[in-house]
Parts: sequence; structure tokens; C-alpha cells
Amino acid sequence: MTELKCHVGIGPLVEGTALVADDNFSARYDLDRIKGIFSRPQHKLVGQSYVDKILVLNTSKGGVASAWMLNEMKTRGIAPKAILFNAANTILAQGAALADLTMCDRFADGDITKLINTGDTLRVDPAQGLVTIITRF
Amino acid sequence: MNLNDEEQAMLAGKLGEPKRWALDHMMKVGKMFDAADFVPVSQAHMMADTESLGNACVEFLEGLASHPPKQCRVAVPMITDPRGVDLSYYQPLGQTEAMANLERRTIAACSQMGILMTDTCINYQTIMPPLLGDHVAYGDTGVVIYCNSVLGARSNFEGGPSALAAGLTGRTPRYGLHLDKNRKATKRFVVKEQPKGLTDWGVLGGLIGRLCGSYWEVPVIEGIEVVPTSDEMKHMGAAMASFGSTPLFHIVGITPEAPTLAAVCFGAPPPAQQITKADLDALRSDFGGKGEKVDVVVFAAPQLSHVEMQQVADLLDGKRIHADTSLIVCTAPTVAADCDRLGIIPRIEASGAKVLRGTCFYNQYAREIGEANNWKRLLSNSTKIVNIIAGYGYDPALASMEDCVASAVAGEIV
Repeated sequence: MTELKCHVGIGPLVEGTALVADDNFSARYDLDRIKGIFSRPQHKLVGQSYVDKILVLNTSKGGVASAWMLNEMKTRGIAPKAILFNAANTILAQGAALADLTMCDRFADGDITKLINTGDTLRVDPAQGLVTIITRF
Repeated sequence: MNLNDEEQAMLAGKLGEPKRWALDHMMKVGKMFDAADFVPVSQAHMMADTESLGNACVEFLEGLASHPPKQCRVAVPMITDPRGVDLSYYQPLGQTEAMANLERRTIAACSQMGILMTDTCINYQTIMPPLLGDHVAYGDTGVVIYCNSVLGARSNFEGGPSALAAGLTGRTPRYGLHLDKNRKATKRFVVKEQPKGLTDWGVLGGLIGRLCGSYWEVPVIEGIEVVPTSDEMKHMGAAMASFGSTPLFHIVGITPEAPTLAAVCFGAPPPAQQITKADLDALRSDFGGKGEKVDVVVFAAPQLSHVEMQQVADLLDGKRIHADTSLIVCTAPTVAADCDRLGIIPRIEASGAKVLRGTCFYNQYAREIGEANNWKRLLSNSTKIVNIIAGYGYDPALASMEDCVASAVAGEIV
């Protein structure tokens, strides 16, 4: 098991499967929130389902709407399980706080999109600022 | 976080559940960003379009608004960003009664809390601009970047829940752009091609945003040879925030915190990167081509000022929009009221165009209205909207206001 230290985050401890891209994130710009998939043609995860995944991305982009949207998505059961960023912006953190969605950023060991692979099983503990790779894909 | 007596009372629920929720919510965010305490704010501005809210978040607002007025009234002046439905014109767009009812419920809940339904993303041009050093809690990235950069106010990007929490309590966690250290320049750009017109300013903003790429980068820009207009800064900032999640920029000799380069560098300036015509053309080439059919031409994102409304009317006078093309103009309710009085909206709508009040195209169920009206190919002079609308199923193209109007008349991109 590999442990990755990060800043203290938001939300509960969760375990799940990683979906990774060296790309950014906005719920408004990038998602089809009806189908539960990435919809922006230029996004590296276009066409893939984000539902119940632990998203691992570079940073969050403009668009304050994501702060409401995370809660709205979670209520309908089409939210990611957690989101890990190299650097979150304020909006996604605020959205995670409202939705009680797990979110962490600022990893000590470098670019998180390179340290975790799609399909890896992760445990995310925001209170401790710790992400554990339980199994490698 | 260090809490004063009043904040401890709020957190303990002694001032009611809405303020308890607000303090708790802001402390979660403040902890993530290492805020030491709270800072008082003079105003709050909330994004609360119903497409983003959905039923779940409307119920959340209604829950807060159900408490006694003394507990749920906002503590500082609080206004709203564009909404998702223009209740005077939604059925022709293909918006449903369910969408309109969600909007009505949102308006009722917000009004109950004392929130002024201004429905605008250009409050800095129309309502009450903040002052230099003024701490505020604004939603809408375009509002935040303009007020931070052009006016020298201090705000983070506040999503709807956090803007509401700030409004209910009159404070926000002291982190990010409320702190001097986070307002210093981290990237430096020297502009070698002077922008001409709103779209050029938007492209410049979009490129710098893309090159910054993070909320925590602050660009300082040199080489601008003219003092831009408020509308030009509006388009530049909105695009920069959209492409880069950038909340603040400085322009040496123009924006208030940057009388000199040294004033925003706190030491050695970052290495300079030149912005050339080729760089700007490369970003432009991402969006659209001549001769292609256009389904809908959009003037929005940000909402149009009085001056832009007059410019659109002047360009449309005596012309008729092509039968297979729609032209949508989004503006603030206050601007619309003036433009009715001034005869500007009748001039625009005589062409077959439609002016929407208090909405913005991309946050009014863009996917659903696109499908209802067979809008696929979208043309706009807004660099922001062409950046964001593809995720809603559109093929966006970018052109100047003049070329957008000519294309709407021709039915194809001129």
C-alpha cells in the first residue's frame, strides 16, 4: 500500500476506484449531469462515467455553479465518490462542504495525476490529509 | 479558526439554524484553506440559477427561508446573479413549466431572506460597485475578477452556498484574495498586439487565463497602450476567469493595485512572457469558420451593458434576422428597463432578435433549449461563452459583434 500525504480536506472517509486524467474540472463546463458522463468534447475523460468514481484531476476551473451542482448531483445519486486535485479552487471546496462530498488537494509527493492510475483502489481520509492506494490496477 | 463571541454564538445555534449552518459551512471551507479567522464583508452576491440548484438545492433554500425572519434575513446587502428562466419569456424557448416553477420557488425563498433579486452578472456596472480594499463575497467568476482587478475589492470566488453563508452572517473566512500575500503577481505577460474591440479583449483574457491555469496564479500584464473601457475589461476578465479559474489580474498603470510593476511583485518580478498576434490567433482558431450555417447568435456572458445594447441596436437597425437563425441578447433587468424607456429594445427586437431579462444564455438550461430549438451551431462575440458552451452540445464559433450581427442576417458565418 502506498500512502500519499495531502492537505486536510473536506468530507467523510471513503474508498473507491480512481478515474484519472491530466485535465481540469468544472461540473458546468465538463459534465452531462443527466447521463452522468463527461460531455465536453475537449476533456480527456469525454464519454466516461464519473458516477461513484474517485476523480483525480489537476485543478478546478471557473464557474461558480459547481458549488450547487455537487450537492444536486449527490442527491440524485450521480455524483463522484470523491475528487482529488493537485490544486482545488474555492468553488469546488465550497461545493464539497455543502454536499458533504470528499475532497482533498495539495499532495506532498508531486503531481497526483501521475501518482495514481485509473482503476486503482483508493482510501481517502480528508481529516488526516491522507490518500492510500490499496490496490494497483 | 479563531471565533469572536458573536461567531461562537452563531455556531452554537443561539442566533438560529440558518446562521449556525452558515458558520459551520464556512468553517469547513476555511479549514481547507487555512483561514485564521473571519473578515466582515459589505455585500454578498449569489449565483443561484435553477439549472444548477435543481430541486435539492431549492428545497435547501426553502428550508433556510422557513425560519423566523430575524434568523433568516441576510445581515448585509445581498444580490443575485442571472437566473435560469426569464419568467416573461420561457415557453417560446422550450423551457418547461417545471423549470419556471422551480424558478418561482427560488425567487420566493430568496426574497423571504431579504435577498434582492437583481439577477445580474454586471452588478459592478449597474448596482453598487465595491471600493478599493472593500471585502465582499461575490459569486460569478466574471464579477469577482472584475471587482478584484479593476476596482481593487477583495473577494474569493464564492459559490452559491458560501455567498449565502456570507450574506446570512456578514462575514467570510479570511483566506485567498482577502490576504495581501495572495494578491501579488506570480505570472508576467507583455502584450505585443493591442486588442481592438470586445472580442479581442476577451481573447487576450482567455489566453492569459489558459496560461495561468489555476486559481492561485495572479497575472500582471504590461504593454497595454490604451485605457480600456469597462465593457472591454468585463470581457477580458470573464474570459480569463473562464479559461483559467483566474480571480485577479493586474495591468501596470491601469488597475488600482498596480501603479507600477514593483507594486504588485513584492520583490523580483516573475519572468516575462510575450503575448503575440500569433498566440492570440491560435486561441481564436479553436472556434469556428466562415461560410458555415449558424443556428443561434448569442450576445451574453457577461450580460450586456447599456452601451453594448445601443451598439447592438445600431447594428441591427433596418435589418432582419435570417429565417433559419435566432439572435438572443441577455441583459440585466435594470438595463432592460432603461433600454425599454430609451427605445433600444424595440429597435433590437424589430429585427426578429429577442432580448432576455435577468438570464444568461449558458445558465438557462442551455442543453434543453438547444434541443428544443435545434440550435447546434452557436456564434458569439463572447470568448467566455464559446469556451463553455460545447459541454452543452453546441458547436461554438467566435466573431466580433459586427460580424455576429451580419452572420445572423445572412444565416451563415460571414
